Amino acid sequence: MKSVNQRAWFLVLPVFAIVLFSALLPLMTVVNYSVQDSFGNNQFFWNGIGWFQELLDPSSQLGERFFDSLWRNLLFSAIILLIEVPLGIIVALSMPRQSWTVAFCLVVMALPLLIPWNVVGTIWQVFGRGDIGLLGYVVNRLGIDYNYTASPLAAWTTIIVMDVWHWTSLVVLLCYAGLKSIPDAYYQAARIDGASRWAVFRTIQLPKMRRVLLIAVLLRFMDSFMIYTEPFVLTGGGPGNATTFLSIDLVKLALGQFDLGKAAAMSLVYNLIILAMCWVFYTVMTNADSDRGRRTAIDEPADTVAAGMPPASTVELDRKAA
Amino acid sequence: MARIILDHLAHSYSADPRGPSDYALKEIDHVWEQGGAYALLGPSGCGKTTLLNIISGLVIPTRGRILFDDRDVTTLPTEARNIAQVFQFPVVYDTMTVAGNLAFPLENRRVPRDVIAVRVKEIAGLLGLGRVLEHKARNLTADAKQKISLGRGLVRADVGAILFDEPLTVIDPHLKWQLRSTLKELHRRLNVTMIYVTHDQTEALTFADKVVVMHDGAVVQMGTPEELFERPAHTFVGHFIGSPGMNILPAQVEGATARVDGHAIQLLRLYPALPKGQRIEIGVRPEFVHLLPKGLGVPVQVRRLDDIGRTRIARVELAGQPMAASVADAVAIDGDEGSLAFDLEQLHVYADGHLVEGEPLAGAAP
Repeated sequence: MKSVNQRAWFLVLPVFAIVLFSALLPLMTVVNYSVQDSFGNNQFFWNGIGWFQELLDPSSQLGERFFDSLWRNLLFSAIILLIEVPLGIIVALSMPRQSWTVAFCLVVMALPLLIPWNVVGTIWQVFGRGDIGLLGYVVNRLGIDYNYTASPLAAWTTIIVMDVWHWTSLVVLLCYAGLKSIPDAYYQAARIDGASRWAVFRTIQLPKMRRVLLIAVLLRFMDSFMIYTEPFVLTGGGPGNATTFLSIDLVKLALGQFDLGKAAAMSLVYNLIILAMCWVFYTVMTNADSDRGRRTAIDEPADTVAAGMPPASTVELDRKAA
Repeated sequence: MARIILDHLAHSYSADPRGPSDYALKEIDHVWEQGGAYALLGPSGCGKTTLLNIISGLVIPTRGRILFDDRDVTTLPTEARNIAQVFQFPVVYDTMTVAGNLAFPLENRRVPRDVIAVRVKEIAGLLGLGRVLEHKARNLTADAKQKISLGRGLVRADVGAILFDEPLTVIDPHLKWQLRSTLKELHRRLNVTMIYVTHDQTEALTFADKVVVMHDGAVVQMGTPEELFERPAHTFVGHFIGSPGMNILPAQVEGATARVDGHAIQLLRLYPALPKGQRIEIGVRPEFVHLLPKGLGVPVQVRRLDDIGRTRIARVELAGQPMAASVADAVAIDGDEGSLAFDLEQLHVYADGHLVEGEPLAGAAP
């Protein structure tokens, strides 16, 4: 019998120790906070599941605030996906396939992805200002009243345009990679079959891009659902609470009001929502792949072609007619 | 219905071709008769796929014209030609069922629905796909996918020619034979021209009535499998077709006598006017050279005997030149010395690689 040397576990011990300190202990601290009420001077009182009840009850003050920012965040993610995914596909389709322009386009596409989040926020904050910002000035001169610090619509528009500018490239690059992997024979076969441009997209390009598209949707959903830095820098969650997304609300609660108990409960629920979403996407992706590996062999060997075949006369006839 | 005529066709992938070496396809004049089964045979990179793509319209030739019957289609796009093509790797539309795949070319051409349904059923029956019509095409095996690709060509009533670009590359060996006989059977039933590109001589010789051998961008010979085997027009054909290939030996030929390193071989035809300064060789297939015990013919060194199942092939050396010869079962060879006997009517003379037709020997028996 083969003996197993259990001492190898000692080799992974440092990893466990690091994970313990970096992830597990902070998480347990958050869990600990979430069941207590905190006061100044480091006083804590047991509160049981009180914060969770309040958080998930839309009629309470905390619950109303939580659900407001949750719906706001979901709406934002939905708008982002609805704009960035189709736009990304269109841009990827119109990118060149060969010659030096490929490299040029790829670099241009990658540029926004390389800019740090808070810099993006700052750029657009200045860009959108009515007095010194090019965008804000031009839009106001065109006769449209545009002020992202006063109008919720303007604030939303600015944040959405900013996110589209920042992240559509990611969808483009992923889709482009998917498109590049389609062999030429598919396009040639489609030409022989007389397929229109739309039919080629629907029957070849979209199915072949499906896997990368799922990844793109997943990444864009996660990122937009956890968005913090850019709107924080641009609008600070305002005007009013118009652009206060979950993460901004959480920071306000934890660091602004120092309500550690409420903030801890909220971050746990926030976390669970993201985990649940991840699980949904993961399940969809694995299910979409699962029928790929299966192969159905046709159990009609070629010799039945000759035997069980209706007379080929009709084929012959309309061939001659043609 | 199409007779395909290639008229002084040539193609170069470089924008500014200068010498003949810039041409992937050297000038070619050729007629593919309606309803023929042709194979385009040649090693990789000899231009056969280029030629196929020109016929299907995926590539526009640099020079020359291509005619379907009397219609000039040189610059006509693929979808406007009445051809279909089956590619090396099976192309199916993943999201559709087998029936959807077969119906696709007809739907694109706005054929009425009831006609489509009838055609799809009929072609699926021909190909043995009837039972999987409602299956998703992407779940099928590679050979079934190739049948679908073929079916998408066959459903179109206007298709006069089907082009195959090494269609059996990704098919399991035991299914290759089946699929090839399906193709032959279809060719027999349907009056459609088939052009089959391959680098596999077995595929070419078993599939085609006429084989076109290409080498280095040019057609070197076209003929039936027997002609290619018995009278290779070029040493390349002799070498490329047959296993092992033809023996090619440098020789001096004068009149009706060939000399290989001093050994005279009497030929059945006269070669009075061989061009001077060219490389003269004689070629004979291993099947027509017989190894005999020492002293019964041209003496050779025997290096090895290979038993290839049905026959034995001897690897011998004649004047330092390696050759292959067949060995009859009854013949026993002692040591490494033997001699060769030639089937003289199967012995050909080549000048710079090209077959030279001899003149009948005066006074020879008819």
